[in-house]
Formats: sequence, C-alpha cells, structure tokens
Amino acid sequence: MLPTTVTVLLFASYADALGRPRIDVSLTPGSTVADMVARVRDGHAERLPARPLVAVNQEYAPYDRVIEPGDEIALIPPVAGG
Amino acid sequence: MIAPPIAGRIHATLQSRSIDPAALLRAVADPGAGATALFLGTVRNTHDGRPVTGIDYHAYSGMADRHLHAIVIEASQRYGACAIAVEHRVGYLGLGEISVAIAASHERRAPAFAAARYVIEEIKRRVPIWKREHYVDGTREWVDPTRDAGAATPETANELLSTAVSNGERGA
Repeated sequence: MLPTTVTVLLFASYADALGRPRIDVSLTPGSTVADMVARVRDGHAERLPARPLVAVNQEYAPYDRVIEPGDEIALIPPVAGG
Repeated sequence: MIAPPIAGRIHATLQSRSIDPAALLRAVADPGAGATALFLGTVRNTHDGRPVTGIDYHAYSGMADRHLHAIVIEASQRYGACAIAVEHRVGYLGLGEISVAIAASHERRAPAFAAARYVIEEIKRRVPIWKREHYVDGTREWVDPTRDAGAATPETANELLSTAVSNGERGA
C-alpha cells in the first residue's frame, strides 16, 4: 500500500529544536509510534531525544501503538506545568 | 471496573486571563464543606540560583484541557470532595503572578488538603504544559524537570493515561 503523510505536532523545546510547530512525515500503513519517531528524527537526530514521549489523539501512547489514518499525533517534551 | 461517581462539582480551565483566587473559593463554596484548601502556584524570582524575571507558559490546548479535567474528576472520585476547581495560566507571567490555583472543599480538612495536593502533583506529572523562564541577562530557557530523576518515558506511558471516566457532570 502507498505511504501516507502524517502531521506531527511539536511543542516548546522540540518546536524550537526543529524551528517549526509541526512536521510532516511519510509512513507506510501499519507503522507504529516508534516508526513515526524514527521518521521525525531523520536528519534531526541530534536535536531530539532518542525516545520522546508521544501522544496519539491527546493521550500518551506506547511505542508499539499502530498509527491509524486521521490520528492526531504530537511529540511531548518533558512537561513543566504548575 | 465501574468508576465511582463524581462526588461533587468540578471546574477546570486553562486560561490567558489572570487568576482570581476569590472566584475559585466561590466556585467551591458548599454548605456541606467544613474545610476548603486553596493552593496557589506563583512565579518565583530564581531557578537553581539564576535570577528569573518572568515565565512564558505554553500548552498543548485540547490535550491539556482534557487532562486537567480528568485529573479533577479523579481527585473528586478519590477523595469525595464537595467541589474542586482548578485554573492554570498560559502566556507570559511576571514575578509573583499566580500560574495555577486549586481549591478543594470537603466535609473534613484532611481530604480537602489531599485532593488539592493530588491535583497539583498530577498536573506536574502529566498535563502537557511547558514553561520558558526569562532570566535577568536576557536569555530564555525551557524548564526541563526530567533533569531530575523519575521522569516519564515511553515505557511508562500507560501510567499517564487518564483513569477517570467522565460522566458529563461538570459543575460551576
């Protein structure tokens, strides 16, 4: 099947590190959160941690979760509210 | 497992306008309450010895609102509070400004304190809010609490899931 383009939201230090608030990556069907992180880190590996927290549809997600079309995906830097 | 019902009224917002603690106290006022705990987080003038002039708060709105709301429901279920209200600021805050306010009313003081404590600790653990400190020398830096131990990792993502079941009983 054809790869699909997925938009990944970036915030705070990660948005600064990549100089943008979102990044589009190409994923093949059945790709996992781990695959998505690897695509985002392509070419930016030195600017992002190896295993950032990820949210899918606004909930924290494990790395083996399969990404579905239409999922809202975000990399979550260490939170610092309060 | 069926989640216990929400014990009392709840209120949770992320907002750019300044926080009025008196409004939170009014929101949790209840004739059945014998105790009301109020917690305020304020912008401090130093961080690790560096003089700070202010803090920018950024949030993943949507996810942050959702988790703030879930945390208040969890606190209500755990402690059986009469009412719990939380407001968290976004945007630029100067020294001394209130960044977060939590009010919890309960029949008894111990669970009122415990409910407010639960809400602030869970906010710090899992609500996607970030702060960038502004220093006296003009530099700015995102605060990274994971420089300390115990930070969440993808392996512990499941522990960050909201456990509350919203039943739509949103009050005051």
